[in-house]
Amino acid sequence: MSTKIVTARVGVPDSFLLSTYLDHGGYSALRKALSMTPEEVHAEVMASGMLGRGGAGFEAGRKWSMLKQDLIRYLVVNGDESEPSTFKDHLLVENDPHQLVEGTLITAYAIGATRAFIYLRGEFALGLERVQTAINEAYAYGAIGANIFGSGFSIDLVLQPGAGAYICGEETALIESLEGKRGFPRIKPPYFPAVIGLYGAPTIVNNVETMSNVPWIITNGGKAFAALGKGRSTGTRLFALSGDVMNPGNYELEMTSKTFRELIYDPELGGGLKDGRSVKAVIPGGVSAPWIGPDNLDLPLGQDEVAQAGSMLGSGSIIVLDDHSCAVRAVWRITKFFSRESCGQCTPCREGSGWIEKIMHRIELGSGTESDLDLLLDVCDNIAPGLTWPPQQTTICVLGPSIPSSVVSGIKMFRDEFMVHIKEEGCPFVH
Amino acid sequence: MSFFSSENLEKAQVLIGLYPEKRSALIPLCHLAQGQHGHLSNEAMEQIAEMLDIQPAEVLGTASFYDMLHTEEVGKYLVGVCTNVACMLGGGIELLEHASDVLGVPIGGTTEDGMFTLEEVECVAHCDKAPCAQVNYRYFGPLANGDFDQLVDDLRNDRLSESVPPHGVLSQVFRDAPAMVPLEIIHRERRAMDDEKKARLAALNKDAGGNQ
Repeated sequence: MSTKIVTARVGVPDSFLLSTYLDHGGYSALRKALSMTPEEVHAEVMASGMLGRGGAGFEAGRKWSMLKQDLIRYLVVNGDESEPSTFKDHLLVENDPHQLVEGTLITAYAIGATRAFIYLRGEFALGLERVQTAINEAYAYGAIGANIFGSGFSIDLVLQPGAGAYICGEETALIESLEGKRGFPRIKPPYFPAVIGLYGAPTIVNNVETMSNVPWIITNGGKAFAALGKGRSTGTRLFALSGDVMNPGNYELEMTSKTFRELIYDPELGGGLKDGRSVKAVIPGGVSAPWIGPDNLDLPLGQDEVAQAGSMLGSGSIIVLDDHSCAVRAVWRITKFFSRESCGQCTPCREGSGWIEKIMHRIELGSGTESDLDLLLDVCDNIAPGLTWPPQQTTICVLGPSIPSSVVSGIKMFRDEFMVHIKEEGCPFVH
Repeated sequence: MSFFSSENLEKAQVLIGLYPEKRSALIPLCHLAQGQHGHLSNEAMEQIAEMLDIQPAEVLGTASFYDMLHTEEVGKYLVGVCTNVACMLGGGIELLEHASDVLGVPIGGTTEDGMFTLEEVECVAHCDKAPCAQVNYRYFGPLANGDFDQLVDDLRNDRLSESVPPHGVLSQVFRDAPAMVPLEIIHRERRAMDDEKKARLAALNKDAGGNQ
């Protein structure tokens, strides 16, 4: 059995309560961290090599090193999990909120934050209740607030609910939202909130899963974490498997220890596909990622391995399409998502997403033409010139350049299927 | 006249006190208002503006960006059926059509009795239970058509009132922590931490220099 870090207590009765957490050694990592210097805590996280678990995959310890050392500086935890088919943070906030709180406090100490915020997706009603309960319990226990465990270190932790906007997962949009504004991503530069972030002060923004790994790293040491996985992909990762598999769910696996094929077919994991069907395509890392075909199923689940195959591990979500599912319909639905969630600041994204969605819809419904395929690629090219991966950018944030991925993948991999929709004037699949 | 009840007024003051800048409380106050009234009324936005020292138009301008903030009345139960990819593969689009038939309203519509408003929603991170739906942000899935009918029946007959409060009530757990640590104390602590760190680094450099 592989090591479980962030899901070690998932399935334990009342795993979300302080009493359960304490029975499992909870908050001993915070006590240990407070007995170390902030540099020592930071050094452990550096040694772990942990890549951020939000999607971009930037090394967490290095991000902390970039924090401008002004007196006022903030820590913001990004829990605005909205990338389609990503449901790992949802699991963590509902099942182990104290682990998240403890990781957040340790990080706040390491970077010397003056206040910490957990921004949680508004739709997570139960998650909001569980995290707020955990925060309340942790205050009463003396783990948050004034002079934590008598260490001389004080900090407040605030839970902020979102209100329904995918774009708020983009870190500068999240900061705007936390400031009480529309979730408009900020113009770069400055590239990093670590220089100018919340209220203009240096700010570290880290993902829920990233924070949830921190207590284990402090307890067991950065080296133990780095010993798991391979290359830049250290530790474990929570893979959210969905779509046409027998057992969709979250699976915490040592990085690179399994391939896509093993995750999908292992009876202990995905359990294979229905009725002996076969894999048609896999969308790794969220719907912003280029698709991979059945020929790539033996790729290990690692950051660089998936990147080298021309896609990304991203948020760790994996959607499986079987040979009874329509690729055109899937592309259409993904482009509809982007069209609905574009914040509207940049013309290529706002207008382009709408046009792409309309063209995709008419192809799926049977009124497309062959020239629509070139038209689609042309509109995509206006959003992300050259249609390269990683994409070029004509917009403030990466939402726009994420739109072409599925369209280009779909046309490249399933051109025949597009043509059948066009020639037979409708979708050939039963649904 | 205050829009907020006296109990919610107290909560609102606590929320405002959590932030170095008041305006950060805008979204939490909008949720509080919806919890009291089911949607975000003009009166609520006016009072929120006053409490945050901004214009009511700024509250509306912000609130209108967010899907969960409703400036018009919605049903007691806001039913959101997900049709994003994972749910689509599990039959989410067909479930949404069924929901529209069963409730007798188009997408975005509210039933005549004011019980249900139907929405098509984007991924709600419940993909291992596809196709899924949320009712006032409480999750249900996987839902076959019959399961959906049962869910509607249960809601209509108040069998789920414990687990699904009326629309607007989001988290039912409020912050009960003691008052915030004054920022002067935090700033004093951080200054000392930074000075100690500098001293440690200087000592390290000195040692390194001495060894050369």
